[in-house]
Amino acid sequence: MRTELAVVGAGPAGLAASLAAAARGVHVTLIDAAEDAGGQFYRQPAAGLGARRPRALHHQWRTWERLRDGLAASSTVRHLTGHHVWCVERNSASSGASGRSERSAAFGVHALLGRFQDEPVTVHADAVLLATGGYEKVLPFPGWTLPGVVTAGGAQAMLKGGLVVPGRTAVVAGTGPLLLPVATGLAAAGVQVAALVESADPKGLVRRLPALAAKLPEAAGYASRLLRHRVPFMAGHTVVEAHGEDRLEAVTVAALDPAGRVRPGTGRRIPCDTLAVGHGMLPHTDLAETLGCRVDGVNVQVDDEQRTDVPGVWAAGETTGIGGAALALAEGHIAGRSIAARLQGTAPDPREWAAAASSRTRLRQFFAAVDSVCAPPAHWTEQVTDDTVVCRCEEVRAGTVREAVHGLGAGDLRTVKLLTRAGMGWCQGRVCGPAVAGLAGCDLTPTRRPFARPVPLGVLARTDHPAEADHTTEEGPS
Amino acid sequence: MNTRLTCDVVVIGAGMTGAACALYAARAGLDVTVVDRGPVAGGTTGAGEGNLLVSDKEPGAELELALLSNRLWAELAEETGERAETGRMIEYEAKGGLVVASSEQGLAALTDLAAGQRLAGVVAEQVPADRLRDLEPHLAPGLAGGVYYPQDSQVMPALAAAHLLRVSGARLLTGRTVTEVLRTADGSVRGIRTGHGDIHAPAVVNAAGTWGGEVAALAGVSLPVLPRRGFVLVTEPLPRRVRHKVYSADYVADVASDSASLQTSPVVEGTAAGPILIGASRERVGFDRSFSLPVVRALAEGAVRLFPFLSEVRALRTYAGFRPYMPDHLPAIGPDPRVPGLFHACGHEGAGIGLATGTGHLIAQALGGKAPETDLAPFRPDRFEEEAA
Ligand SMILES: Cc1cc2nc3c(=O)[nH]c(=O)nc-3n(C[C@H](O)[C@H](O)[C@H](O)COP(=O)(O)OP(=O)(O)OC[C@H]3O[C@@H](n4cnc5c(N)ncnc54)[C@H](O)[C@@H]3O)c2cc1C
Ligand SMILES: Cc1cc2nc3c(=O)[nH]c(=O)nc-3n(C[C@H](O)[C@H](O)[C@H](O)COP(=O)(O)OP(=O)(O)OC[C@H]3O[C@@H](n4cnc5c(N)ncnc54)[C@H](O)[C@@H]3O)c2cc1C
Repeated sequence: MRTELAVVGAGPAGLAASLAAAARGVHVTLIDAAEDAGGQFYRQPAAGLGARRPRALHHQWRTWERLRDGLAASSTVRHLTGHHVWCVERNSASSGASGRSERSAAFGVHALLGRFQDEPVTVHADAVLLATGGYEKVLPFPGWTLPGVVTAGGAQAMLKGGLVVPGRTAVVAGTGPLLLPVATGLAAAGVQVAALVESADPKGLVRRLPALAAKLPEAAGYASRLLRHRVPFMAGHTVVEAHGEDRLEAVTVAALDPAGRVRPGTGRRIPCDTLAVGHGMLPHTDLAETLGCRVDGVNVQVDDEQRTDVPGVWAAGETTGIGGAALALAEGHIAGRSIAARLQGTAPDPREWAAAASSRTRLRQFFAAVDSVCAPPAHWTEQVTDDTVVCRCEEVRAGTVREAVHGLGAGDLRTVKLLTRAGMGWCQGRVCGPAVAGLAGCDLTPTRRPFARPVPLGVLARTDHPAEADHTTEEGPS
Repeated sequence: MNTRLTCDVVVIGAGMTGAACALYAARAGLDVTVVDRGPVAGGTTGAGEGNLLVSDKEPGAELELALLSNRLWAELAEETGERAETGRMIEYEAKGGLVVASSEQGLAALTDLAAGQRLAGVVAEQVPADRLRDLEPHLAPGLAGGVYYPQDSQVMPALAAAHLLRVSGARLLTGRTVTEVLRTADGSVRGIRTGHGDIHAPAVVNAAGTWGGEVAALAGVSLPVLPRRGFVLVTEPLPRRVRHKVYSADYVADVASDSASLQTSPVVEGTAAGPILIGASRERVGFDRSFSLPVVRALAEGAVRLFPFLSEVRALRTYAGFRPYMPDHLPAIGPDPRVPGLFHACGHEGAGIGLATGTGHLIAQALGGKAPETDLAPFRPDRFEEEAA
């Protein structure tokens, strides 16, 4: 399959970029693992479930309608659904020029499709946009693996899929702006939200909130909705334990001191059957890492045009930093325009995207401010008992991680993984990475994952790779 | 923080080799400090596999060292310390290796190799084509035959390094880069300098693996250690379906026939934890970390050729490491005659896990002034000097 621009990810960023590039005559292939466009934000209520009033949940519904209709009407954007991209390969022979034959395509986007994700498809492209979004960060605490404990995103997906059962009692906890829509959404769907527990320091919040609210009118809307649904807002608090035999029955919530330590004697038990917990988001950087793009901290680095430092590769949306749907839209739009110009061999004119650039600036500032306020408690690891499971795939407990660091000399995510197996399972450390880094006292560095998805050896072993025929390897077993 | 320490010997490098040197030196009664700029097993030890092979070595000095090492590995694995059984902690498995040939020509070359190995003390059992599946039920059909090597075994390298260090009782200082090898006026070693202070000792062991050349240079001598990249593929966890280490002997024939297009010949093996490891490729590309899909595809091809069922099995991850190799493919082991007090234990290429115990044992003998159990002449650290001159 041959295209000019391959966009990986059909969330707000990928959609905006595809439409912006297509409007300038670029042939786009938009690839996403999901069955529908929309990404995390516009994930649609599954057809047939009859979710009520999607407008109430999707406030940027009209933007979404515009993107969705634009995609449907476009004859130059081909949307590949159910395609799981496992690797984007840079073909060494070509240097990002707009050659036409498969051999000279600069990139091969390798995907898997089918029910078992075992049918290989490769899209050959002159340019690539990485718009793979982010994933939720969850830190462990005793009891966090009990059924009934879900991620904030999981709760949101249940809501949008119309799967929430009214009449239940939920606690929403963690830190960050995602908790607000989750709490108000659950409340609006008839769930009793017993508390919204935010670990951010209330003083910081009070100091920052007005400025934040002014920058983002949405926030004020959430605040009034929380009031309307009488959701108790507990800032400066954290969930220290989830209780239950076979499933969640209650949580213990305690107050934090200014240093981020639990205040002794402040624990309070709140009965609930659902705990939606989230500690922010982390960008998906696997594909970018493997391409050799610079990743700074946890974000893919881009310039003003959303270009990475690898020629021919752009990135937009949450893969470049967590910042919400509106920012993803703005970045995607800019990327699409830049790509169109560059593919046509001209330098883009930034005035074309002045409005998007100014909202990008404003939103990045806003989220930087959010980040400075919303953080997990500084000493969260003190609450993690030795027998708390940290890596769910390999069932590695906190005590084992501590022993690897203090008893055996591990010092980073990689050596902890080697000595404990934490991060070696199906999720490849995406879930437990932040927890292990915290327990080990090391930085959360992006792990190299050349396979963004598990890939059958039979797919890897296929011999019809013309571009690679000249490759020779050396002999020997080890 | 500035520390000033004194001990009998400083080992530079907390990889497999440094750990084994520390263990045997400590057992010889020496006070040992191990220094590494990173964590334990952060170098090549954490980026390779743990095959302890005799099967892939031609008769000669390396094979002798491998036989000694495998004996020592087996002894270590039997030990039950105060805290735990070492063998289980390091995931030691004496599972044996099966080398198979796909053609009559390949089988002839393999049979020849095995005959020579037997004379050197290797146990090698010829396996006719129709008995291969008794050993490995899922092998591909149509193979010409093979040789079974019961002495081939394995450990989990990072665990082995960490636990050998732990049981050695040596002082472990991680996160400290050695920036200088300190020497007295007459040129002999008196310790090392790190970013966190000096450590004084009359003996220093260079166990810096692929970076051994840089450490030698800190002592003013040259040691040509170079990187040779290798990728390993790791599958999803499976119930045991591959029982031994299995690899194809075709590379033996390829080398003999001097064929232009050499093949990767991956070792396929199951692990205690479930995943199958497929490794490893060999390339000389410097310290280039970038992912190479073609190389990994070649590994997968080789593995699927041996075990067709693997076609359906998923690779979860792949990683690369840099083997420390020397121009003649033998490590540098022993005292450096150019700098009294300096010992080298590096450059083991694709066999540094396997050869670690023998290396540590010989280094401890040399440190103690004892005659080494095997002749160290082939491993002399200054053997390349003459060529250069
Ligand atoms: C619980 C929750 C509530 C939120 N509420 C709000 C809110 O109220 N307001 C707001 O502004 N933002 C909200 N957000 C954030 C918002 O969802 C994101 O900012 C936005 O979706 C980011 O857009 P994106 O295009 O960068 O990525 P995404 O929307 O995450 O889209 C990325 C797409 O890439 C695809 N993808 C990733 N990797 C691959 C691969 N290897 N192969 C194929 N496809 C791949 C995914 O399937 C996905 O469709 C919320 C997020 C969550 C989780
Ligand atoms: C893909 C692959 C597969 C392999 N498979 C096998 C196999 O199956 N069997 C086998 O036996 N071998 C195998 N090997 C080879 C084996 O991994 C190496 O030979 C072995 O790990 C070398 O160990 P080492 O301790 O000598 O070096 P390393 O593990 O690299 O340790 C050297 C240490 O020195 C430290 N260091 C360097 N410079 C300094 C300094 N200036 N100051 C302080 N510290 C410093 C480094 O941080 C490092 O930790 C494989 C290698 C690769 C890459």
